Amino acid sequence: MWQYSEKVKDHFLNPRNVGVMDNPTVDVEVGSLVCGDALRLQLKIDPQTQKIIDARFQTFGCGSAIASASALTEMVIGKTIDEAIKVTNKDIIEYLGGLPQEKIHCSVMGEDALHKAIHKYKGIPYKEEEDDHTAIICKCFAVSEKKIRRVIRQNNLETVMDVTNYTKAGGGCGSCLPEIEDILKQELSKNG
Amino acid sequence: MDRVIYLDNNATTKVAEEVRDAILPFLNDKYGNPSSMHYIGAEAASAVENAREQVASLINADPLEIVFTGCGTESDNFAIQGILKAYPQKRHIVTTKVEHPAVLEQCKELKRLGYNVTFLGVDENGLLDIEEYKNSIRDDTAIVSIMWANNETGVIFPVKELADIAKKRGTIFHTDAIQAASKITIDMSSNSIDLLSISGHKFHAPKGIGVLYIRKDTKIRNLLIGGHQERGRRAGTENLTGIVGIGEACKLAKQNMNEEIIYITKLRDRLQQGILQKIPKVRINGALDKRLPNTLNVSFEGVEGESVLLLLSEDGICASTGSACTSGSLEPSHVLKTMKISEMLAFGVIRFSLSRYNTEEEIDYTLSVLPGIIEKLRKISPYWKG
Repeated sequence: MWQYSEKVKDHFLNPRNVGVMDNPTVDVEVGSLVCGDALRLQLKIDPQTQKIIDARFQTFGCGSAIASASALTEMVIGKTIDEAIKVTNKDIIEYLGGLPQEKIHCSVMGEDALHKAIHKYKGIPYKEEEDDHTAIICKCFAVSEKKIRRVIRQNNLETVMDVTNYTKAGGGCGSCLPEIEDILKQELSKNG
Repeated sequence: MDRVIYLDNNATTKVAEEVRDAILPFLNDKYGNPSSMHYIGAEAASAVENAREQVASLINADPLEIVFTGCGTESDNFAIQGILKAYPQKRHIVTTKVEHPAVLEQCKELKRLGYNVTFLGVDENGLLDIEEYKNSIRDDTAIVSIMWANNETGVIFPVKELADIAKKRGTIFHTDAIQAASKITIDMSSNSIDLLSISGHKFHAPKGIGVLYIRKDTKIRNLLIGGHQERGRRAGTENLTGIVGIGEACKLAKQNMNEEIIYITKLRDRLQQGILQKIPKVRINGALDKRLPNTLNVSFEGVEGESVLLLLSEDGICASTGSACTSGSLEPSHVLKTMKISEMLAFGVIRFSLSRYNTEEEIDYTLSVLPGIIEKLRKISPYWKG
């Protein structure tokens, strides 16, 4: 199956925790049909222990999107929300034994869903998605400047193609690629 | 993999045994350079001319009108850029939004270089508006480039009629016939198409061999500049094995085309009927009565194409998707987008493309596993409202 690891393949062929639960504590969706992939994540959180006692997902997307979501649920069940919020897309990639470069955005979608769910649980607005529209850099996939900057920093990205692989930004019509390059240069110069 | 069911013949095809056998001597003793003066060269040169006749015979053309190229993409680039160079005062091109990237991306690049390009749209069945086409041709239109049949949907454009219209306006007409060649009849003696591209590996010749048909007396400049090969039309030492291969493949296609069209159409329709009967909420894309016999482009609501492909592949079935994930672009197929197919259906598309090597048993096996695959993925999908 192409360049997928055995673990990705296993999670894709036998996804864990698929479906919809009754009475979830939180229920969120990220991505959209326009983007070509979407993830609905439900968590059941024990109010006493603050532990995630169950997780369910549904995904519309390619093989690695399904595998990333399946892995995510396995990773967070049993964690407290303070532990879970520390899970990043890099952890998902590591858990899966690697993802092809052009599929890394699938793991970012997993992280987005998890963070959105925990923010919702805590009652803190999850800003990234509701960023004002002047800050949307990639119009094809609705990717904000804030998200591009965060992903560049978090993953030490070095090229515009990395940014596209991680966020999808620039992967549609490509007209925002010069802007992404400018953002990348700024971020790289910050790091020295 | 024990079982190989190859339903991706619009991507590439298996090299026919007859083609392989025809090529083998040219990988052994008959390695000459067709331009050499000695007898080994002469042997190679005569093999090239024999192949040229075989290609010409398939499309009912004169062998002098056949130029061998390195691939279909080269043929498309040769045709369009060769005409633009020959008519420097004409700065307008007419094409469609559903062309293969070899034409589409080329025309976008030419636009960036300052040419004017009209990109014609299609309707929800993938068909052109002929009036819109007529009105798009201008006095300064150097070339019209419109594909014969679409690689994703198999939709056939009325190129004979389109070429006649271009001719009346004094414009050169090129068609990318890469998907049409060997699948439907091409008769260059009964149309006014000036330039036509063909690629060998789409019909059981090896990869790396293309043809550009150039109608006699067409004014065109060269793309590749260098030696005098191909009567000065295309520089570069001839791809002898490829040329012998495409010649043999054309011979086979001509011999068997009539029966093959009937056979492949029957298999394709069996697959189509089976899918429609067994799986709810599907859409067959492209005008049903104006398609290549071998192509079936079908969208499954609520699922994403790549995940379907991966599960099919687990069962030994090779198909393809025009959708985001496999093509390098993250956007859904430009063809389905132009047809205004909804995003859900554009992302959920699978293209099955058959060849003479497929069997009824393979189609039935595919139909026995596909419904379960779609059901499994729909269960995972947040967009499936069953």
